[in-house]
Amino acid sequence: MASHAPTIEVPLPPKELQREPLVLNHRPLGWISNQIAVIAEGKAPMWWWIAFVPSFIVMCIGASMIAYQVGTGVGVWGLMIPVGWAWDITNFVWWIGIGHAGTLISAILCLLRQRWRTSINRAAEAMTIFAVMCAGIFPAFHVGRVWFAWWLLPIPNANGIWPQFRSPLLWDVFAVSTYFTVSLLFWYMGLIPDLATMRDRAKSKLRQIGYGIAALGWTGSNRHWWNYEKAYLLLAGLSTPLVLSVHSIVSFDFAVSQVPGWHTTIFPPYFVAGAIFSGFGMVLTLVLPLRAICKLEDVITIRHVELMCKVLLATGSIVGYAYGMEFFIAWYGGNPYELYAFQNRAFGPYWWSYWSMITCNVISPHFFWSKRLRTNLWFVFAISIVVNIGMWFERFVIIVTSLHRDYMPSNWAYFSPTWVDIWTYIGTIGLFMTLFLLFVRFLPLCNIAEVKVVSSHGDPHHPLGGAKGGH
Amino acid sequence: MSDTSKPTTQFGLLAEFDTPAGTIAAAEKVRDAGFRRWDVYTPYPLHGLDAAMGLGNSKVGWFTFLLGCTGMTLGMLMIWYMNAYDYQIVVGGKPFFSPLSSFPVCYEMTILFGAFGSLGGMLFLNRLPRWYHPLFNSDRFKNVTHDKFYLCIESTDPKFDDAQTRKLLESVGGKHIEEVRE
Repeated sequence: MASHAPTIEVPLPPKELQREPLVLNHRPLGWISNQIAVIAEGKAPMWWWIAFVPSFIVMCIGASMIAYQVGTGVGVWGLMIPVGWAWDITNFVWWIGIGHAGTLISAILCLLRQRWRTSINRAAEAMTIFAVMCAGIFPAFHVGRVWFAWWLLPIPNANGIWPQFRSPLLWDVFAVSTYFTVSLLFWYMGLIPDLATMRDRAKSKLRQIGYGIAALGWTGSNRHWWNYEKAYLLLAGLSTPLVLSVHSIVSFDFAVSQVPGWHTTIFPPYFVAGAIFSGFGMVLTLVLPLRAICKLEDVITIRHVELMCKVLLATGSIVGYAYGMEFFIAWYGGNPYELYAFQNRAFGPYWWSYWSMITCNVISPHFFWSKRLRTNLWFVFAISIVVNIGMWFERFVIIVTSLHRDYMPSNWAYFSPTWVDIWTYIGTIGLFMTLFLLFVRFLPLCNIAEVKVVSSHGDPHHPLGGAKGGH
Repeated sequence: MSDTSKPTTQFGLLAEFDTPAGTIAAAEKVRDAGFRRWDVYTPYPLHGLDAAMGLGNSKVGWFTFLLGCTGMTLGMLMIWYMNAYDYQIVVGGKPFFSPLSSFPVCYEMTILFGAFGSLGGMLFLNRLPRWYHPLFNSDRFKNVTHDKFYLCIESTDPKFDDAQTRKLLESVGGKHIEEVRE
């Protein structure tokens, strides 16, 4: 099964047309389904349990932290006045941002016909969904009395008053819930053909029925693929403005307010770039170990890793530019409060978080100018984690340092997280990892059907796909 | 898998192909032979097959468009009704309803409804979910999600003739030609 394909003489195209293939070693179609589907079949391997058990325990700790917070009150977090938003909203924005790479890969790269997206889009979309779930926890519980969270929905309260639609916080409710729903639909639609593969491979009755129901009776009919491909393209077209609008609207939570350091027009593009930056960091963190453990080196190739590093370099540079521009406008705009907010970010009591952010987000991606470093997987893995640490600091810097010194110096305070803050955050990482590991165990982690499209055996113009003559 | 004790009717003739290029070439010939009720089954969306089968543009876009428009309209109506009609809320002396401040929410609703329209339209046009299909009676057909390509000409096609159609499938390179029963 894992052996190389039978050797067939493949005439090479002229040198200037040669590209590194997206599926290496001319793997046949059957090899692709076997290699990917087998990860979700049979008994769970040891590495899976080693990753799952700690994740599950951490998730339970997080759940008990939330239970404690609900039972005692929001005061168990370190929030106070003036820092009314701290780790909760930092974590919310961080998680939502991570999700954005999934939609970027599945939607924007689809519209741009970047065929390398096919082997990573499934895992990235799963990451999106789980990240948005983790994100949703924070705004829901930071309201303090979570049983009133339904006031966010367009339902009149006891006095017959509806939510107020001029508030960006309400826009955010619609943006994030739409984002979650559409990501789920997109993910599920992409899964339908692969669920049929799982159905047809299933040995036990339970798996046959389970995957069978979820596959909706997919036969691979080309009259179905015809509508399916169109619907996929339309969903990609809808998700592209969606992903750009979601983080723009998240940034409106800040930018529409009057707080110095928040009230800037650069926020929407800057938040979106940062979101994609952190999301690609997370995709690399997840995909690099999976690729090695599950022997997917021929499907998720070095070229894929390199391309993702280039996206990190591009978005990291945009983020770096945005930091510089923010500072410039704070000075050039002539508003003393704005200027103070920025000086305070870099040289105030939270200087350490600002400079951690600069180190992680502005300096670290520039290592990827070097091809040697882009292809050094341990190095890429390390940077992918550094990127996510940096992006967490970015949100912390924006939120906490802008709030902790407001207009009245007698109000000034220094925020420190409590142990509940810290464990709630770690708990959501546990939740994320638990969900992701369950996904890896039960669903094909690469898009089997789409990887076949980019393989040489699946290409009707390739000799291995049955084409006569050369290229 | 098929229950032989019950009288069954013929669904069609199924032929297997090994390569995508061979499948496309066969589909072109079956199209040119004038068949109407036939289909090609592939493990992945095979680009070039739509033209080889003579399929035009898919109609999914209409569902997306109509539901997207519905989402935008419903969003505007909802916000107008809630904040300007049923319980007016004064916010900074601004008008009770403005399409501009309502836009972000309506924009999201357009996308939300449009996405449901795309998926729902695709499923409706494909008549899915349909958990039974006569082709599932064929044991070889399991490979359709693995590495084989199939072409099936249904017996309800006016041009269908058991012997002639079988000959056609053989001549276009089909292997393991079998009769599929409902």
